[in-house]
Amino acid sequence: MARTIIPFGPQHPVLPEPLHLKLVVEDEIVREAIPALGYVHRGLEKLAEIRDFHQMIQIVERVCGICSMVHSLCYCQGIEEMMGIEVPERAKYLRTIWSELHRMHSHLLWLGLFADAFGFESLFMQFWRIRERIMDINEATTGSRVIVSVNVVGGVRQDLTPEQCSWILTELAQAEKEIKSIQSTILTDYTVCKRTQGVGVLSKEQAYELGAAGPTLRGSGVAQDMRQLKYAAFDKIDFETVVETAGDSYARSKVRFREAVQSIDLVRAAIAGLPQGDLAAPFKGNPEGEIITRVEQPRGECMYYMKGNGTKFLERVRIRTPTFANIPPLLAMLPGLELADVPVVVLSIDPCISCTER
Amino acid sequence: MLKMTSTVLKNLFSKSSTRMYPFEVREPFPLYRGELFNDIDTCIFCKKCAIKCPSQCITVSKNKENGTGIWTCDPFACVYCSICVDVCPTQSLHMKPNHRKPSATREMIDMTGKVKVPKKKAAPKKTE
Ligand code: SF4
Ligand code: SF4
Repeated sequence: MARTIIPFGPQHPVLPEPLHLKLVVEDEIVREAIPALGYVHRGLEKLAEIRDFHQMIQIVERVCGICSMVHSLCYCQGIEEMMGIEVPERAKYLRTIWSELHRMHSHLLWLGLFADAFGFESLFMQFWRIRERIMDINEATTGSRVIVSVNVVGGVRQDLTPEQCSWILTELAQAEKEIKSIQSTILTDYTVCKRTQGVGVLSKEQAYELGAAGPTLRGSGVAQDMRQLKYAAFDKIDFETVVETAGDSYARSKVRFREAVQSIDLVRAAIAGLPQGDLAAPFKGNPEGEIITRVEQPRGECMYYMKGNGTKFLERVRIRTPTFANIPPLLAMLPGLELADVPVVVLSIDPCISCTER
Repeated sequence: MLKMTSTVLKNLFSKSSTRMYPFEVREPFPLYRGELFNDIDTCIFCKKCAIKCPSQCITVSKNKENGTGIWTCDPFACVYCSICVDVCPTQSLHMKPNHRKPSATREMIDMTGKVKVPKKKAAPKKTE
């Protein structure tokens, strides 16, 4: 049997980002996948040398647009821990609200793209229409649709008025109704099940050993979510980690769908418990020491390592993003698949290459 | 596919979800961070905005001889984070809630204003 190498990406109709895979195929069956990364490397970590630690907030936000709020949240948490700053309760709740809104719009975006990957264009439109409500909430409350830029070291910059809170609640109720109305389509439709069930299976042991993160890990039955670390206001808000056990593309999309619905409840709980108080704690000085912080991004666990030396420039910033962790599991999923299933499986880990390469 | 039918029918008979954009423009949200403007009459050319701006797209220069100050911003490098608006001590910077118009050539926002001579401190503080 002849072996052929087929390039997949960096430009591919289903990929929003330049991931390049060399697929070794034998009669349309993938035998091996070799990744090639590095198409969008921007050297953002190096910028820490010429931008001070306040300006770095706006830079880490641009590591990834979709999880921008969660990136800056992780960064600010690290600096706060290094300098011993006590963040006001209200700021913690506001951070929770915006980070859950980000999770929601990221998952809705992905669900749309996923539907598009197996040719279900009208479902794609439905998801993106719902997502538009979340984007409007972001724009109206912070001033920007995607990169909301609300975090500062010590707290947040923007506040929510009671009117805005009640408006958010009505918008979310509407969004929830719309999501529920297409629930049966994405979860039980014949086309969707046929293309996703049993495709790209990652067993629980494999997921754990290869270090998968986020919905890829939880779709394989490991209940691990960085929100269990109780950062921001997650120590006050109860939530249950969403787990599916099948480990296939369908399980991963189901995890994301259920998380999107769960985020609505988390935002509701955060708004209900929003305490009065300051937005940001004042502080003096520069960060010194080493720190590792972890948060849960829409795509999974994100880790920041930072080293400060007492000047206003950080000595080192290292960002490990969830997609980077999910590439080895992806390479384990691909062998044995038909070529036509590759786009769906690649998309099922929610690849974000700008994150991976920074 | 039948599960989509009710949604599809609803979409067919409801009004369109998108706007005919250039002809029909949504009201901007009041907080939207759009175009950056400097009210040059109140600017004191203190360079605070230039120092704090994360993309370093603002330059401020003062000419002591002829008493003019120049405030320049490169809107193509600006990331619209509104840090400069927050730090300006005289509140002379503000953001309009509409988009900047697209342009085919590189444009800079150049503003020239008079440097106010700082008032002499009136009467030294009395010591107790
Ligand atoms: S911070 Fe305000 S007053 Fe100072 S130079 Fe900038 S615009 Fe002018
Ligand atoms: S909005 Fe941000 S990037 Fe633009 S000039 Fe102001 S501080 Fe700089």
